[in-house]
Amino acid sequence: MPSSNQASDQEIELLRLVTVGSVDDGKSTLIGRLLYDTKGAFEDQLQAVRKDDGADDGADSIDLAQLTDGLAAEREQGITIDVAYRYFSTPKRKFIMADCPGHEQYTRNMVTGASTANAAVILIDARKGVLQQTRRHTHIIGLLGLPHLIVAINKMDLIDYDEATFTRIKEELSEFCARQHIHDLICIPISALAGDMVVDRGDNMPWYSGQTVLEALEGVEVSGHIDECDFRFPVQYVCRPQTKELPDFRGFMGRIASGTVKAGDEIMQLPAGKKSKVKEIVTFDGDLDEAFAPQSVTLTLEDEIDISRGDIIVHADKAPQIAKEIDAIVCWMGEEPLTPRKKYLIKHATNTVKAMVSEIQYRTDINALTQDENAEELTVNEIGKISLKLMSPLTFDHYADNRATGNFIIIDSFTNNTVGAAMIC
Amino acid sequence: MSQHKLTQLQELESESIHIMREVVAEFRNPVMLYSVGKDSSVMLHLARKAFHPGPLPFSLLHVDTGYKFKEMYEFRDWYVKEVGAKLIVHRNEDAIAKGMNPQEFGVARCCGALKTGALLEALEIGGYDAAFGGARRDEERSRAKERVFSMRDSFGQWDPKNQRPELWSLYNGRIHDGESVRVFPISNWTEMDVWQYIREESIPIVPLYYAKERLMVERGNHLIPAEEGQFLLEGEEPKMVMSRYRTLGCMPCTGAVRSSATTIEGIIEEASIATRSERETRIIDHGSNSMEDKKKEGYF
Repeated sequence: MPSSNQASDQEIELLRLVTVGSVDDGKSTLIGRLLYDTKGAFEDQLQAVRKDDGADDGADSIDLAQLTDGLAAEREQGITIDVAYRYFSTPKRKFIMADCPGHEQYTRNMVTGASTANAAVILIDARKGVLQQTRRHTHIIGLLGLPHLIVAINKMDLIDYDEATFTRIKEELSEFCARQHIHDLICIPISALAGDMVVDRGDNMPWYSGQTVLEALEGVEVSGHIDECDFRFPVQYVCRPQTKELPDFRGFMGRIASGTVKAGDEIMQLPAGKKSKVKEIVTFDGDLDEAFAPQSVTLTLEDEIDISRGDIIVHADKAPQIAKEIDAIVCWMGEEPLTPRKKYLIKHATNTVKAMVSEIQYRTDINALTQDENAEELTVNEIGKISLKLMSPLTFDHYADNRATGNFIIIDSFTNNTVGAAMIC
Repeated sequence: MSQHKLTQLQELESESIHIMREVVAEFRNPVMLYSVGKDSSVMLHLARKAFHPGPLPFSLLHVDTGYKFKEMYEFRDWYVKEVGAKLIVHRNEDAIAKGMNPQEFGVARCCGALKTGALLEALEIGGYDAAFGGARRDEERSRAKERVFSMRDSFGQWDPKNQRPELWSLYNGRIHDGESVRVFPISNWTEMDVWQYIREESIPIVPLYYAKERLMVERGNHLIPAEEGQFLLEGEEPKMVMSRYRTLGCMPCTGAVRSSATTIEGIIEEASIATRSERETRIIDHGSNSMEDKKKEGYF
């Protein structure tokens, strides 16, 4: 390894996070600040968004919000429409940040950004406190099962850095989060504009002794403990080279969705339930004795059993559920509403099956957080619980038990568009 | 306590392999765009890992403008043979015969004919329904919102307002006849990740990335190679400059940077303190919106 003051790559972990808030909350300014202060944005990219007052005095002369709006359509309208992915790193971690618009009409984008994240940063305007939109954002983070929530209470500079206001907002949020099953909540008073408590502490809040936003991001657990769940291996592709060197090789390729596997383990293929033992765990860099989520590997088995794409390999004594009728919480993303008796395709892990909506159990009023049990449809950006009948049995876990095998997407078989995101419950 | 931790590079590698396997499993006729640069070297390496011990289940496609550096052609032919891949080279012979060049026709028209035009032509001739590309979201701001599976209509065009949401690690690869997808397996990699991975995995790259004394002219803020056949402006005096390329494109439109990095460690050291993005040396990106417009027309 070369001499370098950075931690070696061996120690650098990856944290995927989602940031949610509206333009008014100063979210773009916060992200711009993180990128600027961790040098996640380059000089020529900054120049393109530098304000035209000629002076170059660091972050102050840059329209930080402009750094993050990628498409011309967005810059024209001054809003963020789509999920944008940002990258920055510190000597400890690399961060992949899904930057989502906060407005209600973009709930689907927030769900998309949150689906791959292990931590969320939500913005609150300190002058306004906990609003309906804060409750909506928090509820969605809870639904998607993100283990960590960081709430940045922004614009502290506009309320004279008042500790009492911060404490009041924090208490109100803590109570609400507990009801949403979010247990790891970190509240931080910040001024994104002035830079207080984002990367640097600043001098304005000596009363606050907690973490800065960046310290919190460097501190949360990254893995989501996916390797501690039961072993699930959705088969992506069957490798049969049939070459002179490998005439009989038959390997099952996939990425371990959860858990760990060892050579010699007794396994079962689902849904048919045929059993065998793991012979080898093959990789380009040599065979492994043990592999874990989220590694991509190739498994060979002791016995010639019939396995194809869409099947899931599990430990014989830790079987998931198999059913042709399932319930799920759905975030609807299609322009055409979801209605009972409509037929769709669902893609779950590596398996695609036909499905029919048998019932809408309820629609959640995403602002009041009440449930309407008489709902007849789910329109775009709405969330509700539905029941589905499937053409063939699905092998799955409940989302609450296993984020990796508890989710699926809904595809409109006519337009081929992705129209829904679902979590099995 | 769990001992099961991947480094961030291992996690990125696993994600990229997962994406490549999804494409091969779900598409009829995929192809991998191969541009000879460092990102292509990483893509090819990842593909070999993804399908080991089997052979690569797709061909490589090089869209050649005829304006690439000599070292790039040499490297391409050597490396492709070395790893046993099948290479298809496609050129817009029509435009090349008519003498298309960026000086007379402008950068936009030249790229439009020799890159975008040739690419769309090659994809149509091959009948490919999926094409892997090495674009990364950190490169350019219109790419920050690109999907891993980027839907293209039957004209190869990108509509930024009509892209499918991508949730968890589920990619929707269903398309109608005539449509295709561009797939970006290294979307989540940064320039630094690419260089570190090249070091960790000892991946071969074109020698142009390493610094040496090269004949250059200074044009504005750019160092332009003064190689044979290069178009020089009046009054430009070529001189030897210790320099290297951060990205590789066509010779007339790719600038070099002053550098003394003769090893991969040196390059990583430079990348870690770089204050300007790597695409700054790519003339095609300059001008407002140019990448977004080019993508809409069918470019990567």
